[in-house]
Amino acid sequence: MNGFLPYLYAFVSGGFLCVIAQILIDKTKLTPARILVIYVCTGVLLTGIGLYEPFVNFAGAGATTPLTGFGYSIAKGVREAVDKDGLIGALSGGLTATSAGISAAIIFGIIASVIFSSKPKR
Amino acid sequence: MNKKEYTEYVEKKSKKSPIYKNCAFAFFTGGAICTIGQGLRDIYSSLTGDEKITSSLVCVSLIFISVLLTGIGVYDKIARFAGAGTLVPITGFANAVSSAAIDNKSEGYILGVGAKMFIIAGPVIVFGLLSGTIYGVIYYLAGILL
Amino acid sequence: MNKGKIVFNNPPKIISTYSCVGSEEQKGPLGKFFSYCSEDNKFGKDSWEKAESEMQRLALYGAIKKAGLCETDIDILLAGDLLNQCVGSSFGLLEYDIPYVGLYGACSTCALGLALGASLYSGGIAKRVAAITSSHYCSSERQFRFPLEYGGQRTPTSQWTVTGAGAFILGDEGRISVKEAVFGISKDMGIKDINNLGAAMAPSCAETIKTYFSEGEKSPSDFDLIITGDLGYEGSDILKDLLLADGIDIRKNHTDCGILVYDRKKQDKHAGGSGCGCSASVMSAYVIKKMEEGELGDVLFIGTGALMNSLTMCQGQSIPAISHLVRLSSSEV
Repeated sequence: MNGFLPYLYAFVSGGFLCVIAQILIDKTKLTPARILVIYVCTGVLLTGIGLYEPFVNFAGAGATTPLTGFGYSIAKGVREAVDKDGLIGALSGGLTATSAGISAAIIFGIIASVIFSSKPKR
Repeated sequence: MNKKEYTEYVEKKSKKSPIYKNCAFAFFTGGAICTIGQGLRDIYSSLTGDEKITSSLVCVSLIFISVLLTGIGVYDKIARFAGAGTLVPITGFANAVSSAAIDNKSEGYILGVGAKMFIIAGPVIVFGLLSGTIYGVIYYLAGILL
Repeated sequence: MNKGKIVFNNPPKIISTYSCVGSEEQKGPLGKFFSYCSEDNKFGKDSWEKAESEMQRLALYGAIKKAGLCETDIDILLAGDLLNQCVGSSFGLLEYDIPYVGLYGACSTCALGLALGASLYSGGIAKRVAAITSSHYCSSERQFRFPLEYGGQRTPTSQWTVTGAGAFILGDEGRISVKEAVFGISKDMGIKDINNLGAAMAPSCAETIKTYFSEGEKSPSDFDLIITGDLGYEGSDILKDLLLADGIDIRKNHTDCGILVYDRKKQDKHAGGSGCGCSASVMSAYVIKKMEEGELGDVLFIGTGALMNSLTMCQGQSIPAISHLVRLSSSEV
């Protein structure tokens, strides 16, 4: 544990990324699904041009938790795989790096569908 | 009134989303989720000491919390106020997957849950991988040429 | 055929009505008017679609029973809902051995059913007609928007699909008759926002109302109530504006089923209720009751429907709308 500051940075950075998305939702006609796709692709792009890595070092979970961080994981995984295995790494690296998250979503999703059923809303 | 005039008139007339309030809620919930992520990161990294395992564990834990809150019907209640604050973090992705899984249970586990689980969250993986692969190819070519 | 107002030579009476709704509608301001309220929004079934079918079944069962009739007394069923291929109605009414006609007019279906039923009666084709309409918040949400547990934010112009069904039985006896009708023309004014259906439907509603008043000697002030189906707060304001621009002032006696059904302050329903169950339940429970009690004499009811589906929305097409009008009256003229 290294003090209070990393938490503040994570809070502010994560919050900031959400505010941008909120403004996009309210001010443009972009649907949430489109915004998420934009976020992931932006994460890949920013990682590719070397901007996201420093942001992750600064904001920690504030940068990796939002979906741009998902793009960051994909891009970073692809880069490492290409370094290691050559061109085939462009195909294998992305899913390898994000496999735990995607599998978790699938497995927990299935378990949830067994346990829970949808409820009426108010 | 023609179509264009009408859409402009409706645009002006319709009640607007309370953007400042929405942004404030988005900021605080989004920030809070990331802070929880940061806390988990510190705990896991002191336990495992490995950066990769730590980030996977953080991701999996947040997804677990989100799926649980989705299942008991709390996530959507928070999201109603939080907006992008619960949408943008990885928890929003998990909510999209698990809500579709729960909701389509009535059509069976294969054609309902299995087939429709990624009906909302699918594009994120599809286009994330597409852009990742493009980046990988460019990175590879740049490595050869430069 | 007259493309404008249809005056029925032999107007049918409303023999009985029956409504069933879910828990949110029961908590609303009209809660005590509904014939049947279920705390369980699944109505004892294991899927939302089956629940909607069950509401249709219950509504028709209740209306037939209330009228003191039996199944064989009804000549034809006119029923509709919002689900694909109208399965809510066709599956729900499967157990009745009565000729069945499935209708789709989106949220205008209640008015469409009444207008068609009155036409069949007036033309001497059917002696007793049942018109049943339903919608269910959960089944609509699944079909048109997102899974129920999905965390989304609603915009202030969005409306809440009513969980409810209403059945009307038309025939020889009763205080209230269906005197006139206008079958609307569908109209697309370029609105693409599925969260602002009121705005998408208001122009077609204005058009139908204009058609009604254009050839009559009547004016809006001749009616005790002009009630629209589910324009909600947003669409109602637009409708009044549009009509006022054409010199028709309905501001004094207009209301909307979507406005009446929920409490704006206590229930978080944004621009009000929507869905074909909205007008069906409010009309069959509240308005008919007020007419029977003599509080309302002459009522214009305009059902408003948005004709999109999720595919046309994904293709970026704008939302066409349709509005059908019926005049209900408890007076002799």
